[in-house]
Amino acid sequence: MTTTSAPTTPAPEVTKATSPLTRFRVPGGFALGAVLLLGIAPLALTDFRLALLAKYLCWAMVAVGVSLAWGRGGLLVLGQGVFFGLGGYAMAMHLKLADAADTGIPGALPDFMQLYGTGEALPWWWKPFGNPAFALAATVLLPMAVAAVLGFFVFRRRVRGAYFAILSQALAAALAIWLVGQQATTGGTNGLTDFQGFFGYDLDDPANQRTVYFVIAVSLLLLMAAARQLFVSRYGELLIAVRDSEERVRFLGYDPANVKLVAYVVAAGMAGLAGALFVPAVGIISPALIGVVPSIGFVIGAAVGGRASLVGAVLGAIAVAWAQSTLSDAFPGAWTYLQGLLFVVAVGFLPGGLASLGAVIRRNRIRTRSGEAA
Amino acid sequence: MSGEGLTIRGLRVSFDGYTAVDGVDLDVRPGDLRFLIGPNGAGKTTLVDAVTGLVKATGSVRFGTNGDGTELIGKPVHKIARLGIGRTFQTATVFEELTVLQNLDIAAGAGRGPLTMLRRRKGIPQPVAEALETTGLTALRDRPAGVLAHGQKQWLEIGMLLVQDVRLLLLDEPVAGMSHEERESTGELLRRVSEDSTRTVVVIEHDMDFMRSFARSVTVLHAGKVLSEGTVAQVQADPKVQEVYLGRARAEESADAAPAVPSPATGEATPTTTASAQEA
Repeated sequence: MTTTSAPTTPAPEVTKATSPLTRFRVPGGFALGAVLLLGIAPLALTDFRLALLAKYLCWAMVAVGVSLAWGRGGLLVLGQGVFFGLGGYAMAMHLKLADAADTGIPGALPDFMQLYGTGEALPWWWKPFGNPAFALAATVLLPMAVAAVLGFFVFRRRVRGAYFAILSQALAAALAIWLVGQQATTGGTNGLTDFQGFFGYDLDDPANQRTVYFVIAVSLLLLMAAARQLFVSRYGELLIAVRDSEERVRFLGYDPANVKLVAYVVAAGMAGLAGALFVPAVGIISPALIGVVPSIGFVIGAAVGGRASLVGAVLGAIAVAWAQSTLSDAFPGAWTYLQGLLFVVAVGFLPGGLASLGAVIRRNRIRTRSGEAA
Repeated sequence: MSGEGLTIRGLRVSFDGYTAVDGVDLDVRPGDLRFLIGPNGAGKTTLVDAVTGLVKATGSVRFGTNGDGTELIGKPVHKIARLGIGRTFQTATVFEELTVLQNLDIAAGAGRGPLTMLRRRKGIPQPVAEALETTGLTALRDRPAGVLAHGQKQWLEIGMLLVQDVRLLLLDEPVAGMSHEERESTGELLRRVSEDSTRTVVVIEHDMDFMRSFARSVTVLHAGKVLSEGTVAQVQADPKVQEVYLGRARAEESADAAPAVPSPATGEATPTTTASAQEA
């Protein structure tokens, strides 16, 4: 991208990779994040604020996957709501079934089914989610499997760029519409809500809510560590190569479709886990949380913070989520417009996001200086 | 003899009724440094596209080192690449945001297993170090490829073919836009690369001087067909060739030296020197 000014500049920057500051930057930053999330935040925040932060961290987990698929792989994943929703519904279905079993009435249905449903029997596809191990595995594996099947056909047919973005967006819309239509078995617009317990723990107890927060914070840190490993691995280099020149990669003997598929599937799994943990933290999963608007919301945070930078994407997601809940209270109508504006500005004028702001300013300063010299 | 190296029989490529390659037969044996020349539209690049699987073709293209060449027609691009066939493009396409070392490492890695892929690169693999040495890019290995000079990008591309352990190198106008010195170094590089008697090198070129200095054999294409084949001297002496190609090219060269060959001595070299002069 910076080819124009380059060939004659010597390379002092190259040597900086060995300086101690950069060597400890990553583990240091990771430790700092852990202290903030696991130590300071739970001490400093009220239960209410901590629950809000837990929700934001779930969205940040989606942003980790977005950073991998979009930032590194160039796949504009505008439909992460699908995978977030699959993970969320898988978890919610289990909690609903567990609550129903806790009533002690044999063969009891989840409450909403008694209200809207035919009331006879549990649909066959609900049954396996009664098993906690199956449900937990499904929160991650189901989104990954769906992404694998979708990605297999989409990438093999060389659907890319805006077409890929529109396609993934359409899927998010389709899933939300389908869920609304199946009120008897999915809860419809209301979604699944009003959970009593979480694997034997009472969700109304603030102490258990704190535990849920810790599970989410640790999961986010683990996902970031996993993504970081992917970024610096040979696979991460190859993914950038595919993003920048897919044809060239093909002539090196790789199948770019497979390279993209891995990033897409991993990002889907991360969104699924985020959705699953969102359910006990927030107490609801519904079509409005996984449709088109939230799907765009998932990438805006990453775009604003810096999609190619892991920390940028995560901080961006948290900041945008915070701004959303603060500003949408003050100006309920204006937030959606502001959100759209943020996305356009970030993608159009600062493609590297806020994470690249320092580098952009530095580059401009050098350019102005050399402009003055000439 | 046939089956050894590259063997093309009856190759035909059509786009919407226009036949770009019209029944070409071609044999290139290992150790050769074959130049493919011909006027614009002769079908040179299309021929390379057909061999590498980029365009659909009919006929037969076989490549092998021990007499039982594999049929390439109908195979997808990345499978053909894995058979040891590599190419470069007219415009150098390297991964600009990755370093020289990363570019070469990716090129070297098509056969790597998933576990290796998920780990970070430690040190410099032997073939990559050798390719850095051969192409003279060792000192630049940590630079992003995007900041390399034009000639260096082409060498990096050739280096990427070397680490792939490519047996057949297809180079599309490797010296276009290069300075005189860069052309000489590129020619020497190609000579070194093709000295390995298990490698086959095919070069598409417009630059006649470059062809005369470095070609071991020449095939002239015209209107999608092979017009003439042989050593440089044989081809130059062929009246058919003089008529359709060399004659015309010479006429052009004497009329207006530069346009036939895009900016030989000026081109890329000049902006670099001006830029450094400005900074100093």
